Amino acid sequence: MTFLTYLISGLALGSVYAIIALGYTMVYGIAKMLNFAHGDIIMVGGYAAFYACTRYGLPAGLSILLSVLTCTILGVIIERLAYKPLRQASSLSVLITAIGVSYFLQNSAQLMFGSDTKIFPSILTEGSFRFFDGKLIISYLTIITILTCIIIMIGLTTFINKTKIGKAMRACAEDKGAAQLMGINIDTTISITFAIGSGLAAIAAILLCSTYPSLSPTLGSMPGIKAFTAAVFGGIGSIPGALLGGVLLGIIENLTKAYISTQLSDAIVFAVLIIVLLIKPTGLLGKKENVKV
Amino acid sequence: MNTPVLQIKNLGIDFGGLTAVNNLNMEVHAHEIIGLIGPNGAGKTTVFNMLTKVYDPSRGTILLNGQDIAKMDTVAVNKAGIARTFQNIRLFQNLSVIDNVKAGMNNQFVYSIADMLFHTRKRRSNEEMIEEEALKLLKIFHLDDLKDTEAGSLPYGAQRKLEIARALASEPKLLLLDEPAAGMNPQETEELMETIRFVRDTFDICILLIEHDMNLVMNICERIYVLNYGMLLAKGSPEEIRNNEKVIKAYLGD
Amino acid sequence: MKTIINELLHHRNRSRMLSFALIIGSYLIIEFLMHSIRISRLFTSMLVPCCCYIILALSLNLVVGFSGELSLGHAGFMAVGAFTAIIVSGLSAKMIPDPVIRLFISVLSGSILSGLTGLLISVPVLKLSGDYLAIVTLAFGQIIKSLITNIYLGFDSNGLQLSFVTNELNLEQGKMLLSGPMGATDTAKISNFSSGALLIVITLFVIYSLIDSKYGRAIMAARDDRIAAESIGIDILRSKTLAFVASSILAGAAGALYALNYSTLQPAKFDFNTSILALVYVVFGGLGNINGTIIATTVLYVLPELLRSLQDYRMLIYAIVLIIVMQLGSSVRLKRSMEKLKNRFSKKGVIR
Repeated sequence: MTFLTYLISGLALGSVYAIIALGYTMVYGIAKMLNFAHGDIIMVGGYAAFYACTRYGLPAGLSILLSVLTCTILGVIIERLAYKPLRQASSLSVLITAIGVSYFLQNSAQLMFGSDTKIFPSILTEGSFRFFDGKLIISYLTIITILTCIIIMIGLTTFINKTKIGKAMRACAEDKGAAQLMGINIDTTISITFAIGSGLAAIAAILLCSTYPSLSPTLGSMPGIKAFTAAVFGGIGSIPGALLGGVLLGIIENLTKAYISTQLSDAIVFAVLIIVLLIKPTGLLGKKENVKV
Repeated sequence: MNTPVLQIKNLGIDFGGLTAVNNLNMEVHAHEIIGLIGPNGAGKTTVFNMLTKVYDPSRGTILLNGQDIAKMDTVAVNKAGIARTFQNIRLFQNLSVIDNVKAGMNNQFVYSIADMLFHTRKRRSNEEMIEEEALKLLKIFHLDDLKDTEAGSLPYGAQRKLEIARALASEPKLLLLDEPAAGMNPQETEELMETIRFVRDTFDICILLIEHDMNLVMNICERIYVLNYGMLLAKGSPEEIRNNEKVIKAYLGD
Repeated sequence: MKTIINELLHHRNRSRMLSFALIIGSYLIIEFLMHSIRISRLFTSMLVPCCCYIILALSLNLVVGFSGELSLGHAGFMAVGAFTAIIVSGLSAKMIPDPVIRLFISVLSGSILSGLTGLLISVPVLKLSGDYLAIVTLAFGQIIKSLITNIYLGFDSNGLQLSFVTNELNLEQGKMLLSGPMGATDTAKISNFSSGALLIVITLFVIYSLIDSKYGRAIMAARDDRIAAESIGIDILRSKTLAFVASSILAGAAGALYALNYSTLQPAKFDFNTSILALVYVVFGGLGNINGTIIATTVLYVLPELLRSLQDYRMLIYAIVLIIVMQLGSSVRLKRSMEKLKNRFSKKGVIR
């Protein structure tokens, strides 16, 4: 029964990773860049929701909306100012810029909000379901987290496959030159990708902060790296891959913490990633690319 | 007749369900210059890629001086004696012209990592020989004045020549040239033909080349193989190929 | 004689001589200043770490610049070197009282163990390519840090004692060498600026010996075009392994020197941020550009310290500098004007 508890809480953690991983994977798929600042968007989302409901006393729904809006706008602004001028630059320059943006966000947050840890209020729900005479306790939050992830996945998949913008995104991921010739506006498409990814990061932030309610400027770093690992794990560029990678990573992490060692859980998670990449060099659901001679 | 340098038997490759090359039989003898021609998409470069093991053939055997090279990888094939150039030039763009050629001599002059670190006499004498050989090769292609130029900034014709020099540096027995005259003007092509013959005579190697410039092919090739839709359409002397009905039809269309 | 002069004036050798001149010159000037005028503690305390970061960045440039593979876990090698050196130095303190010899042995063992780690890691890492390779180096960096965070090592009259994950050591008047997340405490500070400068010179010598040799050409050829390199008989895996291992040896040396400069050191020092920092130095200095790496590292290491008076704003300024330099570096107009400048200089500069 305890196993089931760990499994379910792992599933919830994995759902958060999956939502963050979506941001990495979509941006990678379309802009071919590793956006290392994505983790810090989560942090911004956390602070936005925190200030909205504690300082300004807004209701939970409005706070969440405000947080999502803040991150979406921030994501688009970052893309326009920092990444867009680097479209033709080497991937390393883009990577360093992303790291610069990450530092910038962390240090701005430190200046604005202070480096002390803040306690995130439980704006979602409290309480839990009890099964088997209280042997299995599942909090509402866990259920909400998993459900949110499922809804986002279904919504995003439909969006990508059915809408015009979604199709434009897929076309850009496949071949930017050809997409442009077909009249697709590359800049707009990339901006929309960043907007969606950042908005999702805000949702992830609220779920994450509700589970682990301490808020600090470096909050996003570790979940960022983990979610990034999850994206690679599932095959970076692939949306179902992000889901699979995120969920697996969350479960592995939780089970390791429960049954092997808390201190070694990071090492084990990364070791699993290495093994997966050695067996499937482009991740679980990644596409193999052929080189033409 | 002696064993041929290169002997291809029933060579074929499939990509997914598509058969790109099938049932190919070819021979290249010592000191020969052989042409491999055919319309675009006939599978010529694929043959080169199989010979150098960039692709693994689906069937057939490749014998180099009687030795089966089908199980080898690209590096081993080069050590066994095949070097090549590429249709879309693949130089070491950021290395100087002379370093491109020197890189080709990686297996010809040997000294250990310890020699490298401690600058032993062995390192020095080997590096001197490498320099000397590289300059010799560059002179043949009139590239010696450009030896310190970055390879990527060379004009197109010079890049093609440098690729040949680099391939020769690995001391092959068989040299594969993939469209060596592409992008060259008639005068450059004329020079190139001279150089190809000169190279064949000085290094005593045989050459298999893919080329669309019929003037070059008809002038320097002793024998020609014609490929169409991955199959051998014809083979023979330039004279025979020029008058072959099937070849003319393949090139001009029905 | 004339050929020797020509050889020296050749642009490539000029840049090599400049590297050594830069290091030895700066060393002599700083040493002279330290003995003649009073220099602030802040400045002198930056000397050894700066040397370490230069070595780390140079070693990373071997992988990123010369071998063309992105490594996001180089701090891991630094960590292996650092904690090996701490252990060796701690254990041999009685046997080898002379700090110079002990430093030498500690740095040597640090770099050897780091090199072995590099060799071990290179097997899985080099099976991959591109971004996936980078991720695996990141993963290994995290694993190394995480493992060291869980090592408890001490020694007493009963000899060396080790425990993993939890501290179960009962030392009888012994000394803890590593205490898990606390890392090393009470390490003898035996690094100094002279050894740092010397280690940079050795690093430069190793790197130049490598890149001017057939091994170096093979490494760079494999970077520029894998298929073409194979077609002329270059073993890609062997070349990349050589670059990777050489790099990990040097990074280990940097870590060893760094560790023995402080009395306490936590494994968390060698996290992802440190790996990224080294990468920033390399990209700022220029891929494959040795002198650029030395200068960029020095400037970027010293810059935040100089901005100390701005306190909270210094890291923010640092971040903005990173972003702006990257924007300028890839702007086409700037590139063109730089090209013009370069041409003008080289026209005047060439003596033939």
